Amino acid sequence: MRAALSTWGRLSRRDHWIVPLRDRHTARARIAASPLPAIPYGNGRSYGDEALNDGGTVWLTRGLDRFIGFDVETGLLHCEAGVTLEEIIAVALPHGWFLPVTPGTQFATLGGAVANDVHGKNHHSHGTLGEHVRALTLLRSDGSAMACGPAQNADWFRATVGGMGLTGLISDVVLQLRRVAGPWIRSTIETFGSLTGFFELSSERSDAFEYSVAWIDCMGKRDVRGVFLCGDHDDSAAPQPKAAVRSAHFLPPLRWVTPAATRAFNALYFRRSASRAGPSLQSYRSFFYPLDGVLEWNRLYGRAGFYQYQCVVPQSGQREAVAELLKAVAASGTGSFLSVLKTFGTRPALGLLSFPMPGTTLALDFANEGASTRRLFERLDAITAAAGGRLYAAKDAAMTPQLFRLGYPRLDEFTRFRDPGISSEMSRRLLGS
Amino acid sequence: MKTERLLIIGATSAIATAVARRYASRQARLFLVARSETALAGLADDLRVRGAAGVMTAVLDANETAGHAKVLDAAFAAYDGLDVALLAFGVLPDQSACETSVEAAVASFDTNARSVIALLTPMANRFQQQGSGTIAVISSPAADRGRASNYVYGAAKAAVSTFASGLRQRLMPSGVRVLTLSPGFVDTPMTAAIEKGGPLWSTPDRVAIDIDKALARGFGTIYMPWFWRWIMLMIRSIPERLFARMKL
Repeated sequence: MRAALSTWGRLSRRDHWIVPLRDRHTARARIAASPLPAIPYGNGRSYGDEALNDGGTVWLTRGLDRFIGFDVETGLLHCEAGVTLEEIIAVALPHGWFLPVTPGTQFATLGGAVANDVHGKNHHSHGTLGEHVRALTLLRSDGSAMACGPAQNADWFRATVGGMGLTGLISDVVLQLRRVAGPWIRSTIETFGSLTGFFELSSERSDAFEYSVAWIDCMGKRDVRGVFLCGDHDDSAAPQPKAAVRSAHFLPPLRWVTPAATRAFNALYFRRSASRAGPSLQSYRSFFYPLDGVLEWNRLYGRAGFYQYQCVVPQSGQREAVAELLKAVAASGTGSFLSVLKTFGTRPALGLLSFPMPGTTLALDFANEGASTRRLFERLDAITAAAGGRLYAAKDAAMTPQLFRLGYPRLDEFTRFRDPGISSEMSRRLLGS
Repeated sequence: MKTERLLIIGATSAIATAVARRYASRQARLFLVARSETALAGLADDLRVRGAAGVMTAVLDANETAGHAKVLDAAFAAYDGLDVALLAFGVLPDQSACETSVEAAVASFDTNARSVIALLTPMANRFQQQGSGTIAVISSPAADRGRASNYVYGAAKAAVSTFASGLRQRLMPSGVRVLTLSPGFVDTPMTAAIEKGGPLWSTPDRVAIDIDKALARGFGTIYMPWFWRWIMLMIRSIPERLFARMKL
């Protein structure tokens, strides 16, 4: 079946040959019979061109949605890779288990989350998702299958975790969940008025709290200001109220996120947070997935779509680099609707191409304004490169091959694990094939 | 707490699977029937993890009517009676192939109508004896009027709908509900060959919500989503002289 596909950033919408996979048993034969090259496509939550293959084949993994086994005593969960994080929580939470690591959306598939070795607000205490994967099955385009894990085919495992889908298709995953009492997070909100303030809070709170993240307003006239959020799982097992879900689906496809709207939103958000400063009890949904409460919020950027720019800069020189990045953004006059700062932990990354490194990560959203947005990225890239940092593939649609090579020194090790039948727009842009 | 007991024939179909998952999350007890043993086993594991209090399976090709009685026996015995039986199997035949091949036309009619009637007959008697429960059969808006593009499929579904209508009357005094479920276009493997998109297309998950509601408190024929009732009302009210000249 031929159909137009895009990803979360909605930067392009081109025809692909779609091969829907239905279950892990029949997937092997369907993969082997597909026209190549192909790329796995989960729930379309990566922002850029990682899961796209213009004119070529995509393997839709969302049909791989079966749970296989769940030991409620040990928290070991085995399921097909097209299961979403939301579905895992629905099954696990009633038994007192939760994702050991979660990104900012629960609508990603587990396979996609592993292929990007996602991190969350607890990176400093729990590392990346890949560290909690006990085993996975990798289907290769030649029709073969391989079991991988930390103790079995460990080299393939390290290539596949964070491997952007390029080593094969992940058909099922064994994940170690973590214990929780219930759906509640005991969170604390604090405000800060400068980057120094952020780094102070970050170093003071990291040891005390499992989760921490900061939102920053980089459109203010003076120094950056922001909101520091940290939290822990609460001991309360009381059920959470039903979440209200809104949708941007019916809004006309206009660009609602204009610079003026961004400035107004940021100011409002800062004031609202300041008034709520202090401790409170939040449901896991509002703590981890505030944006999931507005379905299809990506449409707010209009027809041209949007970019997310997420980089990490290493510990030494992180203050200067982050300050410079924010100055470059402010100078461009575009501003970012949702800007997020987080200090990563110091544990070494598991995957050959895992994104996190000891240092600070900055994530920014930019409406696609064509050449001027690209020019801004050139400036940001230069700062990231000079600091010895790297960009996050899950969010990327614009990185240069030079920056990719600089940021990921283990790239050459990775290349030999690539599946020759798999290629994406991202892999062709960054790796030439 | 006593949990619901549900029998699904054609359990590995996309719509049936979505319905089964809703029941599983409410700790229901399920008896699943389908052709493929591997697919059944995969679904059974999935439903157990999702919370089902009991999952039992039986392999059956519905076209083999000789095997029906044994499977029905097992299903009624598994949880000492049934609250709901859902017939969800079917095929979407290639209409143009059916126009030139008697075998193709008859084979699809066998699966979509003959096998359903063969199952409904003993099933109805058992529910009547039990004096409670709900029998639901998946039909189609295509049953409402024969159209050039899919009348072989539509004719079989019309047979099912008419049969179910009669059964509904017959079992009414026994306290057994008979539902005719009529989902419109649904994006499933059965419709993989059809060009999709547009407001008329639905998903198995959305249809499953409607089926869930219908099984709980629906009556008669239930269109899913609801607007198909009005679309089909319009289509049925087109005069035959005009309809025969239309391309629908």
